[in-house]
Amino acid sequence: MRSPKISLFNVVSTIFLLVVVVITLYPFLHMLAVSLSSDVNVIKNNISFWPKGFNVNMYELVLGDPKIWTAYKNTIIYTVLGTLISLVVTSTGAYALSRRDMALRKSFTMLIVITMFFSGGMIPTFLVVRSLDMVDTVWGMVLPGAVSTWNLILMRTFFSGIPKELEESGRIDGLNDIGIFMRIIVPLSKASFATIALFYAVGMWNNFIYPLLYLRTPDLFPLQVLLRNLVLAGSASSGDVTGIGGDNQVVEESLKYATIMVSTLPILTVYPFVQKYFVKGAMIGAVKG
Amino acid sequence: MAQTSAVQDNMRKEVKAPYRRQGRLVRTWNHNKALWLLFLPCLLYYLIFRYAPMFGLVITFKDYNLFKGIWASDWVGLKYYRMFFENPDFWPLMKNTFLLGLYKLVFGFPAPIILAILLNEVRKAAFKKFVQTVSYLPHFISNVIVASMVIMFLSPTGGLINNLLGTFGIGPINFMNEPGMFRGIYVLSEIWQHIGWETIIYLAALTAIDPQLYEAADMDGASRMRKIWHVTLPGISPAIVITLILNIGKVLEIGFEKVFLMQNPAIYDTADIISTYVYRVGMEQGNFSYGASIDLFMGIISLIFIYSANYISRRVSETSLW
Repeated sequence: MRSPKISLFNVVSTIFLLVVVVITLYPFLHMLAVSLSSDVNVIKNNISFWPKGFNVNMYELVLGDPKIWTAYKNTIIYTVLGTLISLVVTSTGAYALSRRDMALRKSFTMLIVITMFFSGGMIPTFLVVRSLDMVDTVWGMVLPGAVSTWNLILMRTFFSGIPKELEESGRIDGLNDIGIFMRIIVPLSKASFATIALFYAVGMWNNFIYPLLYLRTPDLFPLQVLLRNLVLAGSASSGDVTGIGGDNQVVEESLKYATIMVSTLPILTVYPFVQKYFVKGAMIGAVKG
Repeated sequence: MAQTSAVQDNMRKEVKAPYRRQGRLVRTWNHNKALWLLFLPCLLYYLIFRYAPMFGLVITFKDYNLFKGIWASDWVGLKYYRMFFENPDFWPLMKNTFLLGLYKLVFGFPAPIILAILLNEVRKAAFKKFVQTVSYLPHFISNVIVASMVIMFLSPTGGLINNLLGTFGIGPINFMNEPGMFRGIYVLSEIWQHIGWETIIYLAALTAIDPQLYEAADMDGASRMRKIWHVTLPGISPAIVITLILNIGKVLEIGFEKVFLMQNPAIYDTADIISTYVYRVGMEQGNFSYGASIDLFMGIISLIFIYSANYISRRVSETSLW
């Protein structure tokens, strides 16, 4: 066994790892602290990771803005609908590809793998989406990215691992291929469905490029676009918001942090519980990759 | 597996004996129709949203006109390619794209390997798990938020970093208006965002290393560093090579989203890359043919990159993607 004594190596590597932890967590704690502090303290720039003059005014302001709620609603619609569609298309496709006895399997796989290395690009894809009248509709948000080739291959790998005998027993019971998929494969693969659903859901929740390309009406904008408009483009939200506080510049800062926190909170709270699924999915991809 | 399917085929042949005279085509169809039906949505998706755009690339040889549509628009040959090569922005754009990708490769590629090796050396499982859980987190934060955080922390008025520098008496620096700083900021933010997540592939590879190798090294009196050098690194080298090929192939494919969100006209000198330029001329200014031509040109160079990286790797290390 390796010796347990404290060595220079241990000290240096522990410090390094702790630095990684601090650098990762500190920004979030800082944003949270600033957004919860009184504006006097924000102006004085003396907040590090503990709120001073604790108050939730900024959150009341952010949550009182109807635009946030519209954006939240839109994001949830896109995420739920998009994830459902993606899951159905990806899982059925992956199952068919996992079946060694499917004719044309090699050609279909080739067809899919080619798209990992070459694509039409942003503009021709936009023209296709537009010619299908999907611009400025929910469909433009959920269909063009419905299948991720990476997830498809990941799922095919999951399905290939299911013993053939189970399918054969289903066949003896008189199921056809679709029945086998629905009655045997799906119930057996709950964990992989959960993993892939999470990958799609996070992708959809964080998606910025599709709304940028395919949405025009502000009422359809998801959180990410609203966030960009509020925080980056600096078009400080609705009229009543800019009116408050002595120094707009600084108050705006804690307002922006509050907005960031509100829109990130779902991921920050769900994350510890779903993390292991992500890792499992990535591990399988890694080992087979 | 081949055996079972042969048995299956035999069974099927016996059951369907009266139909044996049907053509091969019909039998193939009967055997596969359910699977093909399952595959159909996926096939349609790839044909419509992945392949149709590839055929849409003919607009790069045409004067795409919104009202005439793709087919009725006039052919112009290589006009848009010539336009791009003769554009004074051509070389700066190529340079920006290439350098940003290169910086990301040079600094971003080794980072997760180092982290994975250090994590592997941690004996306390709880501490290891804690560091991993924390380091994965930024991977799930959207690019909009990461870009917002970067810009706000670096703000000259009240930004976290400038406050910190201020306590050392270093005057506020307007980081996001300094063309010389963009590449560094971008690459650091990329490392911050993805270092933890990218360790997963190496940690997976590390679990496959035979513990006996470490014991043997112990017997020979190897130090920690020597064990890392002679056992750990060779153990994960296939994973390193594969990731390296993929990353070299992606040098020119820098994520559009984050660069787009982080850039501003003051730093276009270094921050404007092909994909953001394509968006500006193609989508914002509506010059579809020109934008698509630039995109296709870069796509082909990218393809050459990944092909060459793979070729070299196959020659040198016998590891390759295909």
